[in-house]
Parts: sequence; C-alpha cells; structure tokens
Amino acid sequence: MNTRRYIRERFFPHLWCPGCGHGIVMSALVGAVDSLGLSQNEVVVISGIGCSSRMPGYLDFHTMHTLHGRALAFATGVKMGRPDLTVIVPMGDGDAAAIGGNHLIHAARRNLDLTAVVLNNRIYGMTGGQSSPTTPEGDRSTTAPYGVLDPSFDLVELARGAGASFVARSTTYHAQETRELLAAAIAHQGFSLVEVLSQCPTYYGRKNQGGDAVAMMKTFKQITAPAGSQRAAQDPGLITRGILVQEPRTEYCAAYGELVRELSGHEE
Amino acid sequence: MESRSLKEELSVLIDVDWCKGCGICVAFCPKQALSLDEHGKARWTGPEDCVRCGLCQMRCPDLAIELR
Amino acid sequence: MPKETIFAQGNEAVVQGALYAGLDFYAGYPITPSTEIAEILAQRLPQAGGRFIQMEDELASLCAVIGASLTGLKAMTATSGPGFSLMQEALGYAVMAEVPCVVVNVQRGGPSTGMPTAVAQGDVMQARWGTHGDHAIIALTASNLADVFLMTVEAFNLAETYRTPVILLLDEVVGHMREKLVIPGPGEVEVVQRLRTSVPEGTDYHPYLAREDGRLPMSDFGGVHRFNVTGLVHDMWGFPSNDPAVAYGLLHHLVDKLENRAETLARYQDFFCDDAEVLLISYGSAARSALHLVEQRRARGMKIGLLELNTLWPFPAQTVRKYCRGRGHVLVVEMNRGQLHGEVQKAAEQPERVYLANRYDGVFISHKDIMQVLHVVLGKGV
Ligand SMILES: Cc1ncc(C[n+]2csc(CCOP(=O)(O)OP(=O)(O)O)c2C)c(N)n1
Ligand code: SF4
Ligand code: SF4
Ligand code: SF4
Repeated sequence: MNTRRYIRERFFPHLWCPGCGHGIVMSALVGAVDSLGLSQNEVVVISGIGCSSRMPGYLDFHTMHTLHGRALAFATGVKMGRPDLTVIVPMGDGDAAAIGGNHLIHAARRNLDLTAVVLNNRIYGMTGGQSSPTTPEGDRSTTAPYGVLDPSFDLVELARGAGASFVARSTTYHAQETRELLAAAIAHQGFSLVEVLSQCPTYYGRKNQGGDAVAMMKTFKQITAPAGSQRAAQDPGLITRGILVQEPRTEYCAAYGELVRELSGHEE
Repeated sequence: MESRSLKEELSVLIDVDWCKGCGICVAFCPKQALSLDEHGKARWTGPEDCVRCGLCQMRCPDLAIELR
Repeated sequence: MPKETIFAQGNEAVVQGALYAGLDFYAGYPITPSTEIAEILAQRLPQAGGRFIQMEDELASLCAVIGASLTGLKAMTATSGPGFSLMQEALGYAVMAEVPCVVVNVQRGGPSTGMPTAVAQGDVMQARWGTHGDHAIIALTASNLADVFLMTVEAFNLAETYRTPVILLLDEVVGHMREKLVIPGPGEVEVVQRLRTSVPEGTDYHPYLAREDGRLPMSDFGGVHRFNVTGLVHDMWGFPSNDPAVAYGLLHHLVDKLENRAETLARYQDFFCDDAEVLLISYGSAARSALHLVEQRRARGMKIGLLELNTLWPFPAQTVRKYCRGRGHVLVVEMNRGQLHGEVQKAAEQPERVYLANRYDGVFISHKDIMQVLHVVLGKGV
C-alpha cells in the first residue's frame, strides 16, 4: 500500500511526540480506508481538539478539526447532509468520554453511520497530562497528584449501553488487528466505535512509571486478550480485544430517507 | 512461490527525516532486522533476515517506514 | 405559485422565510419561546425532502448545522436565552471557519432561566460579543410578520454572501404574535445561492482566499476539492498556522468583511422622520409600541419620528448618526438595561441628547411607558 497517497506529506514529520501511539492508529486508519478501496473524495475525517485530534490535518481527505468533544455533533450534520460519504471521527478519551460524552451516547443511540475511533491514552495529552475519565483509579496525573479517586469509564460498555451497533477494541501493539477492526467498523452500516489503547509516553507513561513507548506497548500485549480466547476466559482481569458488539440495526439516515419517501408518496 | 519472490523484491525503506527514533520498530521486529544508528534513527540492518512481514511499517508511529 | 396569505405566528413566519430561502437542514433543541420553529420544521422539512434532527443540546445543534452547511446545505437552528448561551462556542467556530448558517434567538427574560415565557431584548450584546475573541457578526431583527419573513430570507442571503453565521434576534412577543402574513411568490424576493468555486478538479483550490469582490467561493465536502476546516488560526488552505502575519491578516479579514460594510448591511425603516424633533430609535417588538406612540402623537401635531433598525450588528453607526443629527431629543426604546442605547450614544454627535425608554421586568413595553419617559425628557414632568 502506498501510505503517502493518503497523507499531506508537507506536514511531516508530524507534531506527535516520539513513540506516541496516535501515529500508529492513523497509519492503521489509512490502511483500513485503502483496504476498502474508498476514494479520498468520499471520506470525511472530523476530529475535536486534543493530540489525537491533530489527525485530520495530516490526512488527505475532506477534513475538519472542530471543538473539544463536539466532533460527533459536527459529524452528524455532515452525515445527514451527505449520507453517501464515509465519515470517520477520531477522538481522544477526554474528547469522547468527558466533554463529549453526551454526544457519544446519543450518536450511539441514533445509530447514524459514523465511525468513532477513540484513541485512549488514559490521559489528557494536549494539555499536559491531566486525568481523564479513562485514567485508571489510583493512577497519577497532574490533576491527581495523589492518584485518581474516581472510577474510570469502560468505553466499550458505555457504547454498548448506549446502543452502539458495532463496538470493537484493540491496541497500538496490535496494529494489524486495529486496521482490520477499523475496516470492519467503517464497513458497518450504523454507528461504530473502535477503542484503541494508545500510548502517551510523554505524560501517562512518565507519571505512572509506564516506561517508554516500547514498554507501554508490551504492557498492552500483556493486559489484553482476544475476546472469546482461552486466555480471556482464564483471566477475567484482562481487557478483551476484537469485535465486541455487532448487531444489525436500522441506520438513522436510512430511516430518515424512508420517511421522506413515504411522505412524498402520499402528498397532503 | 511467486508471492515469495515478490516479497523478496520488497525493501524496507526508512525515511530518516520522519523517524523520531522511538525504537518501536526495532523492539518488535520478529527477526531483529532493524536497529537504531548512532544518530538514533532506525536502519534496516538485516535485509537477509527480514521476512517482509510489514509489522515495522504498521507499528511505526511516524509513518516513516514503507515496504516497497 | 401565486402569493399565499396565511394567518400565522412569528415563529411560523421564520419557518416560511427559511423555506423560501431554501432551508434544507435544521437541527435544534426545544426551548420556549422558540420551540414552534422546531415543531413546524419537524413536520415540514421531511415533506419537502429536507432534513430535520433533534439534537441532544443546543451546542450540538449548531455543530450539526455547521457540518451540514459544509456539505452544501442551507442550514439553521433556533433557540432562546440558555440555549443561545450554550451555542456560543460553535458560533465562534462558524465565524472563524467562515461557515454560512442562520441562528435564530427568540429572546426571553434572563439572565439564566430568567422568565421563560416573558419578553425581553437582553441578548443584544450577547449576540455581538457572546463568543470569545475579536470578531464581527451580523444580527437582524424584526417587529412584524412581514419583516420576520423578509429578515429570515435576508439572514440566509447574508450568510451565503459573506460566509458567516447570521443571528436572527427576535423576541417572545414577535415570536408568538399572530397576524396576517403574505408569502411572496417565487422570485419576488431575492434568494442568494451559495457561491461555489469554479476551480476545476486537480487545480489548487483555496477555501480561504477572498476574490477581488471579497467573496470566498466554497466547495462542498464530498466534492472534488479536499481541504481542511478548523477553528484554529489558519492559512488560505485552512491549515493551522502560528504565523503572526497570518493571524493578523485573518482577524482583519473576519472583522473587516462585515464592519467595513456596516452601512451596506444596514436594514432599517423610518417613519415620520423628516421634520421630527424627537426621534425614537427602536427594534423588534419594542418598535411596535414606538410606532404606535409616534402615530398617536403625530395625530396631535407632535414632531416625532421613528427609526426602526432591522440590522443591529454590525451597528449602522453612520446611519444612526445621520438620523440623530439636529434632533432635539433622541429616545432609544428597548427591553433591556440600555444595550443599544450605549451604541446610539457612541454614534451620535450629541450623546447627551440620547435618552432611554426601557422595561426589563418581563412586561411588554407600551406606548404609555415610552410616553412617560418622553414627558420627563421634555421637561414636562410625569
Ligand atoms: C471547551 C474546551 N475545554 C478545554 C479545552 C482544553 N483541552 C484541549 S485538548 C484537551 C484534552 C485532550 O485530551 P484527550 O481528549 O484525551 O486527547 P489527547 O490529547 O490525549 O489525545 C483539553 C482539556 C478546549 N480546547 N476546549
Ligand atoms: S503528549 Fe502524549 S498524546 Fe500528545 S503527542 Fe505527546 S505522546 Fe502523544
Ligand atoms: S518487515 Fe518485518 S522482518 Fe522485516 S524489518 Fe520489518 S518487522 Fe522486521
Ligand atoms: S518506529 Fe518509526 S519512528 Fe520509531 S524508530 Fe522505527 S522508524 Fe523511527
């Protein structure tokens, strides 16, 4: 695959820190789009604000960098305006689960055909290492110097509970799997969420003795297991990977289009 | 057979301007075919051991590696 | 289609104007006294092949409107006080990213939840400065259904012409009042269509490079030109920039494109102004009472006139200055603590002659209320 076809080379090397997992997810996303044979003109990538949200600027699609947490709301307008386009929404964990949590659950509930990709580094990278709703209890951040007191969100369960029709999880260590899951999510007709555990060596790693990027990725390998695998069954403490929810459900634009057809069918 | 020979034609190309020396590709290459040079940039030092699995390309956060 | 006459509510006149202007996307969240706009559009838009969606809040609504606009649709949202406050971040985004859209605010008593069903005009300054940072904005208003219709069409026209969000600042009385509305036939009122780029595929398109006439042709998402849209300071391709010269140029452009055209954008009407010694300046529903008073006093021989503003922002300072010139007394009539009064004072050559007749207790200001103030101003006692 010719990766460079899909990126805006003039902005490289990119601004992410050495070893930042966000680049791996971007690479997987490009691979997923390529594997689906989509043309660049039919793909829209919309992000909020954060390190992860720098992604659209690097990608040669129709791109939009919006407001912290609000990307899915902008994406809703784009998708309803042009249901034929593929709309992909990369988000940080703060973006998706804190300030944008409400948009996330409603996007999942509506089942509009958007692909939300949450780059979960369990910290606020862009603003310098504050805790996020996915920072594990007890872990440290600049705003939790004594350790986080509140329990963290499980994004997969959150999305499942909100009615998402496709939910998957992977990690940057599992780059190939991430690409395949992203491709499946994009191909899915309806709202899909893919959580990718991504390393922030600069803040999360440093604050929590996570080691460098390599060490953090090794940890991702150790603490996760494919859903349905023997390892996962033996150790319920492991985080499951793979497709975790996949249920066909009426897509919002399709339902809306049906309504318009019905109404135009019998004129008042 | 044919696909194998095709694979051997592939080279692991590293853009040293983009590489930030994170060492991810080196650490996870199943064949130890990569290493960091004295400038901290990744190099394809073992082409003969390399199985062209593409893992380095997929895991490079800087999109600095291409198999071509 | 011939002209159609209906008996409608102000909020419905907004809907009629929006549909006339080519509205094809609405996103909103219910709030008194604007809710009818959403309710009527929920029914009408799908019938007309347009799109309606109820979002989870007002900020999301404006975000969705911006997204839809970028795909080439004429898009609108409507709200009131608290919802307008929630929208401010997205409003700034639309200003910065130069995305045409219309935001209706049917004002109610504030601050906070205030008096949900009572009239007020307390959001005049919020419309101007509600979103952070230096910027310019267009805000239009109206006092009767015919003007609500026309100003709604105008809001879409100006949004498209200047690639900017336009605020339609109505109030509870206008939104809920019922009167006859004549809906013009097609072509009777000008409708501005989106200006799209003629740059062919494969040629560098600059979404943020103004033509000689100042307009910036657009390209729809999903079209042949791929570009970036951001709320960050950006270059002519839409890519973020930290260059002070780019920031300076962009801010200048965003402000100048509207402020330098304040007089072109000025929509206003005058009543009995030629020989008026007392000039009332008003807008929105307050202007109804102001006009009532003017007509009543004229009948008794008083030299009094009314300047009714339909454009509040950019403030038509030159027009107002001209109208104030040589008058004995100028009385600004509004339902707030003097938000436009300050602007008129700034514009007038003799600010000491600019007085305020107002109410801010949720009660619609009457011609008697204005007359009371006028008596004091004219030194006739109460
Ligand atoms: C309304 C608003 N509040 C706060 C911020 C500041 N801010 C920018 S990014 C960010 C958090 C970023 O963390 P996350 O979403 O997890 O993404 P990451 O940077 O870790 O990829 C915050 C708080 C903002 N831009 N806008
Ligand atoms: S601060 Fe963290 S998330 Fe942000 S670029 Fe650096 S490593 Fe990545
Ligand atoms: S292609 Fe595979 S074997 Fe070859 S250098 Fe890359 S990771 Fe190592
Ligand atoms: S993974 Fe990429 S950036 Fe990191 S050392 Fe290897 S080539 Fe360089």
